[in-house]
Amino acid sequence: MTDLPAKAPARKLGLVIDLDTCVGCHACAVNCKEWNSGGFAAPLSDTDPYGAEPDGVWFNRVHSFEADANGAGRTVHFPRSCLHCDNALCVTVCPTGASYKREEDGIVLVDEDKCIGCKLCSWACPYGAREYDVNEGVMKKCTLCIDRIYNENLDEAQRVPACVSTCPVSARHFGDLADPDSAVSRLVANRGGQPLMPELGYAPVNRYLPPRPEKSHPAALEPTADSVESKFLQWVDRLLS
Amino acid sequence: MHPAYSVILFTVSSGAGYGMLFLMSVLAVIGRLPVDPWFSWPAFVIALGLVSVGLLSSLLHLGHPERFLRALTQWRSSWLSREGVLAIGTYGPAGLFALGWLFVVADPQSPGTIIIVLALVTVVLCTATVFSTSMIYASLKPIPQWCRGDVPYGYLTLSFASGALLLNAVAALAGSAIDVVSVFALVGLVLAYAVKARYWRAIRAAAPVATAASAVGLEKGARVRSLDPPHTEPNYLQKEMGYRVARKHADKLRRIAYVVGLGVPVLALLVGLGLSGPLLTALAVIAAVSAHLGIVIERWLFFAEATHTVTLYYGAESV
Repeated sequence: MTDLPAKAPARKLGLVIDLDTCVGCHACAVNCKEWNSGGFAAPLSDTDPYGAEPDGVWFNRVHSFEADANGAGRTVHFPRSCLHCDNALCVTVCPTGASYKREEDGIVLVDEDKCIGCKLCSWACPYGAREYDVNEGVMKKCTLCIDRIYNENLDEAQRVPACVSTCPVSARHFGDLADPDSAVSRLVANRGGQPLMPELGYAPVNRYLPPRPEKSHPAALEPTADSVESKFLQWVDRLLS
Repeated sequence: MHPAYSVILFTVSSGAGYGMLFLMSVLAVIGRLPVDPWFSWPAFVIALGLVSVGLLSSLLHLGHPERFLRALTQWRSSWLSREGVLAIGTYGPAGLFALGWLFVVADPQSPGTIIIVLALVTVVLCTATVFSTSMIYASLKPIPQWCRGDVPYGYLTLSFASGALLLNAVAALAGSAIDVVSVFALVGLVLAYAVKARYWRAIRAAAPVATAASAVGLEKGARVRSLDPPHTEPNYLQKEMGYRVARKHADKLRRIAYVVGLGVPVLALLVGLGLSGPLLTALAVIAAVSAHLGIVIERWLFFAEATHTVTLYYGAESV
C-alpha cells in the first residue's frame, strides 16, 4: 500500500550526519555500494564502468561544497542519501504499491517485484535519493541496510548501516530519532541538528549536524622589530656576520 | 526536467483524444453532433485512437510495462494510479456512446436517454482523466513550476481547444462543418493561451521554494558553491532532472508557440467562419495542424522549464 502508515511509526530509524567532522573521503558511499551490490536491492547497475561515461546506481553520494557564512568560508563535505521522511511523497505518488514506508521503524523501501519503473517517485523526492536501475527497469534506493541492522548473523557492533560502520571519522550515527533519549537524538539536541529543506514539508527523519563555528583567529602578532631585545639581537647579528 | 518524447506524445495525444470525446459528447447532448457516417466514423476512430496511442506511449516508457495492471491499485493516494483507472474506465461509456452513435442513433435531435446518459458520463470521465494527468505534475512539490494551482487549467483548456480544432478539421473534411465547433475551438484556444500566458509570467516571477543552503542544512543566507561533485559523469538525477538544453531557447520557442499555436489557427478559424467548401476545409486543417505544433512546443517547454530541487546539489543556487 502506498498510503503512509496510519499512525506514526513508533520507531524512526535514521542517520545523523556530522558535517563538522566529515572529511569527504567517500568511504561511506563506496561501502554502501559494496554492501548493497549483494543486499536487499542487489544488484546495483553499473554501465560502462571502465569506459568514458561510467554510470550506475548509488544510494549515497558525497558532495563537497564551499560555503560562505558570516564572512567566513569553509569546505563542507555533504553525504546525501535517503532521509526516510515521515511525509514521504515518493511513497504516496507510487501507482503500484511498490514504494512503501514501514510502520515498525519508518524505513522507506521499494518492492522491486511490484515496481513498474515509471520513475515518478524519483521526481517526487526533493533530495534525489532515488536512482533508476536501467538494467532491471526498476527504482532503487537506500534501505538503511535492513539486511544488516536486523541481521543476527553479524556481531552486534556490525548491526548498523554499511555507511556508518565504515566511516573513519565517526561522522555518521545511526539510531532511533523518535526516542528523545537515544544517542542520536541527544546529538541532534546538543549540536542543533538540521532537517534538509524543511520548507517543503517532507518531515525528513535524518538530521545533519552543522559545522561548528570557526574558532576565533589568533590575535595579530606583536611587532618585535622595535623591542630592546630585538635591537640587541640585531646588533649581535651584525657583529657576528 | 528531461522532456521525454514518450511523455510529450502521451500528454498531447491523449489530451487531444479526450478533448474530442468531451466535445462530441457535449454536441450529442445539445443535439448538434451529426449522424453522418462520413463524419462520425473518422471522428470516433481518431478520438479513441489518439487516447489509445497516448496511453500506449506512456505504457511503453515504463521499465516494466507488463506489470501495468498493478498501477490501478493505489488510486487512494496516487494521481498516476487515478489517471490509469479513469483512463481505462473512460473506454466503457465512451465506447458504448460511440457504438450507439454509429449503429443505433438515426436522429441527432433525439438520440435517446441512454445515449444522453452515456455522453454525460463520458464528459465527466474525460474531464476527470485530463485533470488527473495534470495533477500528476501539479502534486510534485520539488518542482515549483509544476506544483501550482493553475497547471490543471492549462491542461484542461489546451485539451479542450485541441479536441475542438481536430473535430473542426474532421467535420470540414467530411463536408459537414459544424459552426459551433469552430466557435468552441476559437474560444478554447484563446482561453488556453490566456491561462498559459499568465502561467509563463507567474513562474518567472515566483519566489524560489528552496535554496542551496537549506538543501545542505546550513544557516539561511549561507552561500553554497559546488566544489567537487560526487561523480565524474552525469548520473540518473542529472540526466532526468537537470535538463537545461531548452531553457536558453525558451523565449524564442514561446514566441513560436504564440504564432503557430495561437495566431495562425485563430486567423484561419476566423476567416473560415464566413466560408464553406474546399477553402474552409483547407483552413480548418491548417488551423488544427498549426495549433498542434504549438501545443507540442508548449508541452516541451512545460518540461524543459521545470526545475527540480535536486539541482540545488549540483550547482543551482535556488529553485
